[in-house]
Amino acid sequence: MKLLLELFTDYTLRNVALGAALLGIVSGVLGCFAVLRRQGLLGDALSHAALPGICVAFVLTGSKAPLVLLAGAGLAGWVGTLLINRIVRDTRISEDSALGIVLSTFFGLGIVLLTWISKHNNANQAGLDRYLFGQAATLVASNVVTMAVLGGVALLVVLLLYKEFKLLTFDPAFAASLGFNTNRLSIGLTTLIVVAVVIGLQTVGVVLMAAMLIGPAVAARQWTNRLSMMIALAGLIGALAGVSGALISVSDHHLPTGPMIILSLTVLVLVSLFFAPARGLAWAWLRQRRQRRAMRAGRWQSKLKQGGQS
Amino acid sequence: MSTMLAIILTGVLVSSACALLGCFLVLRRMAMLADAISHAVLPGLVAGYFIANGPNILAGFLGAAAAGLITVLLVELLKNTRRIGGESAIGIVFPAMFALGTFLVSRYFTNVHLDADAVLYGNIEFVNFDRWFIGSTDMGPQALWVMGGLCVLNGLFVALFYKELKLATFDAGLAAALGFSPVLIHYALMGVVSVTTVGAFTAVGAILVVALMIVPAATAYLLTDRLPLMLGIAVLCGSLAAVLGFWVALALDASVAGSIAVMTGVLFGLALLWSPTHGLIAKQRRRARQRLHFARQTLLVHLLHHEAASNAAAENSVQHLSGELRWTPELARRVVETALRAGLIEQDAELLRLTAVGREQAQANLQTRALFTSAAVA
Repeated sequence: MKLLLELFTDYTLRNVALGAALLGIVSGVLGCFAVLRRQGLLGDALSHAALPGICVAFVLTGSKAPLVLLAGAGLAGWVGTLLINRIVRDTRISEDSALGIVLSTFFGLGIVLLTWISKHNNANQAGLDRYLFGQAATLVASNVVTMAVLGGVALLVVLLLYKEFKLLTFDPAFAASLGFNTNRLSIGLTTLIVVAVVIGLQTVGVVLMAAMLIGPAVAARQWTNRLSMMIALAGLIGALAGVSGALISVSDHHLPTGPMIILSLTVLVLVSLFFAPARGLAWAWLRQRRQRRAMRAGRWQSKLKQGGQS
Repeated sequence: MSTMLAIILTGVLVSSACALLGCFLVLRRMAMLADAISHAVLPGLVAGYFIANGPNILAGFLGAAAAGLITVLLVELLKNTRRIGGESAIGIVFPAMFALGTFLVSRYFTNVHLDADAVLYGNIEFVNFDRWFIGSTDMGPQALWVMGGLCVLNGLFVALFYKELKLATFDAGLAAALGFSPVLIHYALMGVVSVTTVGAFTAVGAILVVALMIVPAATAYLLTDRLPLMLGIAVLCGSLAAVLGFWVALALDASVAGSIAVMTGVLFGLALLWSPTHGLIAKQRRRARQRLHFARQTLLVHLLHHEAASNAAAENSVQHLSGELRWTPELARRVVETALRAGLIEQDAELLRLTAVGREQAQANLQTRALFTSAAVA
């Protein structure tokens, strides 16, 4: 209870919780499209590909302003996406290999740049590597505002292009036959995912970003068969995971925020998988057990007989 | 042994061990599973630390390898519920494992040197300082022995089960029908991948293991269609990247593991552009050649069509081609030129005429077209 009160009074906690909630909403919404298009791991590749962008932005401008670094991250992530698309389209290399190639080589480049900067640049580079694991605890009000603006724009675009994105997700061939430029729409959607990744880098970091996109969408999928409902639920679940992760990490100063967000999210995913009505694994298991018991009790024989007589 | 030699040798051994397995991962479309395994190393190490009650190499090794296998198992379990797609299952399991590892480290081992940085970066630079002693005899760098052992293990694994791996990779159904369990082969491969990842991550870090497994194998996949050659090229590419990466890192005074990963990417980029069979440039050329070939055949049919007509002189002139067939003057000129050189047509001032060979080809083209049309109608 005291913790909840602090949520509204404590400056740091408020920023962290707000930032995590924002990230949860944006990545939850965009993750729905990524997961339904079976591109869940794209977010993982993009977040790793963003690392060299952060370093290059720092080297070129000498600034550590989040907006500058995040612009670099976004650009690098975007280049990574185009490369992945090109490799998948024009060679026989499968999508998961293409993801792995871009992810690991870009990340390697990022590490080379990080180590190079730390040895050759007079300016203090400390703080660049916080994008690796994210440091939600260092979020200040201006960071949260930046995240809110970026996320708001992304959500607005989703709202405006909802119909097109829905069509692209479920029936790209039909979308193309209606005259929509599916290629451009696809790139647009991916660009929005890059925005979500960029928002997440500061909070949960490169490594855990994949789960922020996939987790809420997968959890929401268990509760509903409607896209609009799934998107709303995913945003909610993402926000819930974000806030609870932030609260848990603040309650004990040794706990890092990013991992706690991901662990709360994992719990939400598992609960949804097992206990969501209709699709829940627990219900399916109970149903199966009941049927098996009925079989063993021999009731099926009498049922068969009844069926034969009538 | 000098420090430099130890580093290079370790790099070559790591990349060879990884590349061998990577080929099968790339062919079986399981590259991202390797990524997942590499992240699961962290909680496994922590578990090993718990069990051995302190830093113990063997416990850490076993714990991490077990964690890798558990990751694979969890992904399969989630996939088999049919509530989650395969790639989403991977994307849920490995961040959870990694977060769990980070959580455990920060909760229980804040004072222990087991930070996530080391897991991601590796420290091949210090290979020579971590030596293996039997009694008081210095046997050399420990990582060298570990990676050498893994190289031998992977080489033996691939050599002994080559037939089974090949069959299960290219035709899992046939493998199952012949009595080789694809599931068993899958888990055996994943077990070896886990052990290799754990062994390699101390040298190059978790994510760069992924680079060494996937990128050289994908490079080889662009260069050959034969599995034995692919294995060889992948090992060669990985080793080359290790050597090049070391020198680049030395020149820049930057992370060795990172620059090895970048070098694998550079080699991949070269193959992507210039592979004689699957490269982008070769593909472009092939497409251009086919376009020209098709245009030439069109020209022949066009000439055949109009040669008996009264306006043959107007229809079959070079200028008319670009208008009639919507070719640019440049394309028209090249098509006529190559057709002339091939002896398919002859030119009489502005008028183009079919030669005997050209007429034969034009008629053959028409017949083929008739065949296709009738097939399409049927």
